[in-house]
Amino acid sequence: MLKYYSKYAPYLFLLPAGIVLVIFFFIPFFQTIILSFQDYSTDIYTPAFIGIGNYTKLLHNPTFYKVLLNTFIYLIIAVPILAIIPLFLAILVNQKIRGATLYKILIYLPVIVSIVVAAIAFKWLYAEHGILNYLISTLGMQSIGWLTDPKYALYSVIIVTIWKGIGYYMIIYLAALMSVPKELYEACDIDGANFLTKHLTVTIPHIMPTIALVTTISAISAMKVFAEIYVMTKGGPLNSSKTIVYYIYERAFENLDLGFASAMSVVLLIIVMILSFVNIFCFERNRYQL
Amino acid sequence: MKKIIEKLSIHSVLIFVSLLSIFPFLWLISTSLKGGGENIFAYPPQIIPTDFTWANYSGVWDRVDFIRYFVNSIIVAGGTVLLNLIFSAMAGYPLARMEFKGKKITFFAILATIMIPFQAIMLPVYLITLKLNMVDGVNNIAGYMGLILPFAVSAFGIFLMRQAFLGIPREIEEAAIVDGCNVVQVFTMVLLPMIKPTIAVLAIFTFIGSWGEFLWPSIVLTKESMYTLPVGINNLQGMFSSNWRYIAAGSIISIIPIIIFFLSLQKYFISGENEGAIKG
Repeated sequence: MLKYYSKYAPYLFLLPAGIVLVIFFFIPFFQTIILSFQDYSTDIYTPAFIGIGNYTKLLHNPTFYKVLLNTFIYLIIAVPILAIIPLFLAILVNQKIRGATLYKILIYLPVIVSIVVAAIAFKWLYAEHGILNYLISTLGMQSIGWLTDPKYALYSVIIVTIWKGIGYYMIIYLAALMSVPKELYEACDIDGANFLTKHLTVTIPHIMPTIALVTTISAISAMKVFAEIYVMTKGGPLNSSKTIVYYIYERAFENLDLGFASAMSVVLLIIVMILSFVNIFCFERNRYQL
Repeated sequence: MKKIIEKLSIHSVLIFVSLLSIFPFLWLISTSLKGGGENIFAYPPQIIPTDFTWANYSGVWDRVDFIRYFVNSIIVAGGTVLLNLIFSAMAGYPLARMEFKGKKITFFAILATIMIPFQAIMLPVYLITLKLNMVDGVNNIAGYMGLILPFAVSAFGIFLMRQAFLGIPREIEEAAIVDGCNVVQVFTMVLLPMIKPTIAVLAIFTFIGSWGEFLWPSIVLTKESMYTLPVGINNLQGMFSSNWRYIAAGSIISIIPIIIFFLSLQKYFISGENEGAIKG
């Protein structure tokens, strides 16, 4: 093919995106690492280099372990549920049924609406004399402090994250289901296989890569939860619903302890980068045409 | 017979899940329509208001400048979409179609930004935004720039564009070059019109992402007149502390625009063809 562009053209085309990515991604990335080796807690204007001081502070901070544990609980609850229930729903709406589009729209609705409104709506459901406590009282149970009892607050927030994610992952599965060859189902029907065997033997093996993809993306987004916690509990009571991003936010923007917050950001960076790396190089090769 | 039972059970599961999906909103709507004469904590709870009123809507509308929040959200989301389309298309083109020194490194550097979560670097991003004077304390334009520019391009958008350009047959470009088009003309008049569907997808999903963004605006914004809808709605909780009728009415008002947007473009969201096109 004839070369119709000057040797500067590619760089000029890349320039605007490059400037944005350098200023708002690469510089902050390295600055996070640098800040994590500095102490801002005594004087915010003249930080001192303290080596791994913030990291040792981190390792001696009980709240850090608490937020790590909470984030881990978030992962082990939200991720399996978001990998399985949306798949089940996608199989159901993919059947030849009436109203499939309406079901998809309704189930997708929580994805579209701002997380702030979703969190407010759930806060109202969770209210002390609210509708959920009424429902469990009809089952003969005591009222629960959904957001005010340290035993339950984290789980109440996880429910919101799950509720908001189901439609999103359902649509991802739906796209994958379209690629399963119809003949395989027909063969099953001839053999007289029932609904369950049909999907266990044909659907699941076929869309295994998508299940893996959903697992990693839902894990990455569970690592990053913030808004639902900010709106509903502010991490409380007693840090019971505080996760890693919320704690970074609190230490950085409320306590102005930039070094400590940055050390925690580095921990977050490492975890998310590992997950993303697996995601990109194992499950999304096609999208990036690697 | 077996078929009918199967269909019936599928429908009942889907009806149940659909109800779960919309119930929190229905309950907000119900609360927002209840007048002062009705106990909103009544047991058993009443979905249909007995003391029906629109007063909560007019009350909250008079006290909160929704139009302002809405305009701010439109400016921020609109600006973010516009810059993303231009910058991503420009960057995707050489990555798909040109040979140049450092192409591989550029490619992987952009790919690497996908792995960096904003939440882990938000502190330096904030410090840089301050240093560049892009905050609402300077003036409104600077405030908007601070909200838009950190999200003005995403690696995801660049790769989406690159993939679209890769799908265009080379012959079309060659014909244009033979006809005397230069590189800018090839890009704007030949290639861009051919990737309109991808442009639409990127525009829609960038818009949704930007519209719902909460973390960044709540960090940088200091003036109430600059609030975007999510920040403004979160603020309702403080303004009306336990007046749930007003909070509910305000929340419902705030989601009407995005629901209209979603319903009119629903095929882009639920067809499954654009899976994963939303930012996580």
